[in-house]
Amino acid sequence: MADLTRLTATRLAEMIASGEVSAVEVTQARLDRIEATDERVHAFLHVDREGALAAAAAVDAARAEGQRLSPLAGVPVAVKDVLTTRGMPTTCASKMLEGWIPPYDATIVTRMREAGLVILGKTNLDEFAMGSSTEYSAFGPTRNPWDLSRAPGGSGGGSAAALAAYQSPLAIGSDTGGSIRQPGAMTGTVGSKPTYGTTSRYGLVAFSSSLDTPGPCARTVLDTAALHEVIAGHDPRDSTSIPQPVPPVVDAARQGGAGDLSGVRLGLVRELVGEGAEPGVRAAFQEAVEALTKVGADVVEVSCPHFEYALAAYYLISPSECSSNLARFDGVRYGLRVGDDGSRALEEVMSLTREAGFGPEVKRRIMIGTYALSSGYYEAYYGQAQKVRTLIARDFAAAFEQADVLISPTTPFVAFPFGSRTSDPYQMYLADLFTIPVNLYGGPAISVPCGLADGLPVGFHVMAPTMADDRMYRVAAALETVVAPLSPPDL
Amino acid sequence: MAAITRDEVAHLAHLARLAVTEQELDTFAKQLDVILQAVARVGEVAATDIPPTSHAVPLTNVLREDEVTPGLTREEALAAAPDVAEDRFRVPRIVDEEA
Repeated sequence: MADLTRLTATRLAEMIASGEVSAVEVTQARLDRIEATDERVHAFLHVDREGALAAAAAVDAARAEGQRLSPLAGVPVAVKDVLTTRGMPTTCASKMLEGWIPPYDATIVTRMREAGLVILGKTNLDEFAMGSSTEYSAFGPTRNPWDLSRAPGGSGGGSAAALAAYQSPLAIGSDTGGSIRQPGAMTGTVGSKPTYGTTSRYGLVAFSSSLDTPGPCARTVLDTAALHEVIAGHDPRDSTSIPQPVPPVVDAARQGGAGDLSGVRLGLVRELVGEGAEPGVRAAFQEAVEALTKVGADVVEVSCPHFEYALAAYYLISPSECSSNLARFDGVRYGLRVGDDGSRALEEVMSLTREAGFGPEVKRRIMIGTYALSSGYYEAYYGQAQKVRTLIARDFAAAFEQADVLISPTTPFVAFPFGSRTSDPYQMYLADLFTIPVNLYGGPAISVPCGLADGLPVGFHVMAPTMADDRMYRVAAALETVVAPLSPPDL
Repeated sequence: MAAITRDEVAHLAHLARLAVTEQELDTFAKQLDVILQAVARVGEVAATDIPPTSHAVPLTNVLREDEVTPGLTREEALAAAPDVAEDRFRVPRIVDEEA
């Protein structure tokens, strides 16, 4: 039999549905792979062996009874440990939530369970999804399967590395400023940020609520689209959930897979393809652009003059929202409590708890947000950042009059060595330079592998107008037909 | 000029209920200074007439039907509490005795 860890999710689902292989066999193969490789990769914070095998057995039983299976039934998925899972630890890679067992499932998790997906466990991340390398995880970093001395990107480095290392065919991430797409690029996998408001935030531990977007990751665009269709859609439990049908992303991925982009206008964003990216990244990107023109795409150059302020606006808006959201970690209802020895009042216990429970990056962001929102600074920082957000959205609107999608490299540089960016927090922020603008606008974006630079993967970034997620999947799938697939060295 | 001083960091840490150490005050003062100087760039954009965007989704007044739906049981709600007394969350005293 073919190595079950090398097959795509879509293929595995077909084989399970036809009875060629059981969901239990598929799941066991991935559990074995995790067992064999995760000591080195550390993609997972928690592996739910029993739960996964039980969910797989339930799919096999349903099939044996003649029930009709959902399109991805029986296929394993890894979930970023920032989404709540009932009865399964949810830590956000923070000491604040170590050992916390949530009493409810995130909506996305509920949808995956109902569709028969098999949850393998929870993947590593930068604490509370704040970071770009997983080096800010309280439980140790994830290593990039391409080079174990390098970071896999972040914050969702665990989910991306699990895909790259063939531990899971599917994964869930969350993208506030690039946390799905940036690790996707750095591990040679596919990561998609759906239109803000089309994937439910219910049960996603909040970082920056006006930006946080859960989304699908996989090794191929079609698999990513298939997971997208399972998780997306209106959720009354999320008041920012858009009450509209999800665009037909699987159909779009199949259409793109036919390898014809005739009449599709790709907008090359001038501000994101210049000197800001390393030469190797630029070269791989340019080669991919040329390949796309050979399958019919028209390339136009567009200018988005306010993108150069996106990083600054993002690092005001997201810390501001973070400082408010993380106020909930007060040591009262759940999570850590420190110093409650009877001698201290609540406020002191709260301060000791938060000091002990949060790592340095989370503390930095809470303090920046507190600063930006404080009276006297509010207008100059938070207020002005919100105006920049308006100007960036206008840049997108103008660019989408000239182009159907916008394109750029996903990241300015390839996977970087551990420790090379942690001493200067601002250097770490630059990893998200190209992914942040679209978060401020709210539209969908995807990263697809497009080649190597210095032996490390480069990501190709496709951004689309709000609610036009199907458009970006079409272009992304077409790209896969013209670039060679990437596979990391054997672990 | 520094955007932020060590004393200001101490004030922020207090507002954010973070009992930071003396050593952290030094580290954070340096780091926050670099970050705040960088993000202050948003001020370069002349934006007097530009309306602020707080959110990408223009939804307002999202309401639901007033129907009873299943919630957590008391046991579930208290299961992860750091301390429980008499079926409630037990908290340290809120008012300082000297106050």
